Amino acid sequence: MRFSDGQLERYSRQIILKEVGVKGQERILASKILIVGAGGLGAPAAMYLAAAGVGTLGLVDCDKVDLSNLQRQIIHSTRDVGKPKIASGRETIRDLNPDVKVVAYQEWVSAANIADIIKDRDYDFIIDATDNFPAKFLINDASVLLRKAFSHAGIIRFQGQTMTYAPDQGPCYRCVFDSPPPADAVPTCRRAGVLGVMGGIIGTIQATEALKYILGRGELLTGRLLTFDALTMNFRHVSLARREGCQVCGANPTIRELIDYEQAACDM
Amino acid sequence: MRLTVNGEKVEIEGSVSVRQLLVSQKVATPEYVTVQLNEEFLNTADFDSTMIKEGDRVEFLYFMGGGQGRNEVQ
Ligand SMILES: [Zn+2]
Repeated sequence: MRFSDGQLERYSRQIILKEVGVKGQERILASKILIVGAGGLGAPAAMYLAAAGVGTLGLVDCDKVDLSNLQRQIIHSTRDVGKPKIASGRETIRDLNPDVKVVAYQEWVSAANIADIIKDRDYDFIIDATDNFPAKFLINDASVLLRKAFSHAGIIRFQGQTMTYAPDQGPCYRCVFDSPPPADAVPTCRRAGVLGVMGGIIGTIQATEALKYILGRGELLTGRLLTFDALTMNFRHVSLARREGCQVCGANPTIRELIDYEQAACDM
Repeated sequence: MRLTVNGEKVEIEGSVSVRQLLVSQKVATPEYVTVQLNEEFLNTADFDSTMIKEGDRVEFLYFMGGGQGRNEVQ
């Protein structure tokens, strides 16, 4: 691959890193990353990945931009209120970096479509930037079954957590959380609130994991759950072991097909 | 008895089960918390029968679901 002068200049601050270099930048430009959810977590993740030059960014979201999103979903602007989030996201990314091809999926993920979406461009890495457990378990199970690496994250109030799954490199999300909680059993951002920066901090960590995975550099958050409390500024790692009896990645998996869990009746 | 709960040193009186520890540590939704005892996952069914020992390292892991902010739901 030959870089244009503009590309050499655009990416100069990361090409200069010995962990990236020309080879690494080529890998980034050739990479394909799928972001499920163009909201609090997905917005900063998409913007940093686009800025870094990820060649293909898939964005999945069925929602439209609402005024109450703008406190944290920084990929959308005031003039975008009412527009599909993927359309608004695509415009922001196009302005930021024309090297990036955005593939937009205006739908919610389900057992019926997620495998097709992942296979559509044979994405290298998936970012779970969703806000509900049916989707989180679906992304986990699809990634395990299709042998794809992904980053899980969740945020609420002043707290966040994230972990990375990579095939054969540690536990999956289901090893940690066996099955989704009933709808409404666990507080949601809509009811409990969230500080806008939480998506920025945790979503940016997800983007970092994706880039490390693409570059094959550093240590991923595999086998570790990173928890963050913004009030105390405590980052903690919790070591996680794979669960032998995990329903999807264990020794005798019982989940061989994707499951649509009941969606909460109210907004999450 | 001294133990570590989510990285913090905790001192408790007498012998307690994991279930009792969940209560004494005021865990909000104990039925949906994943418990790791000395880096091993514990089955929910064993919360009552598993007793805490001196020096145990206990992690309570919580579901965290926010981050997309959907306005409309499918
Ligand atoms: Zn697993």
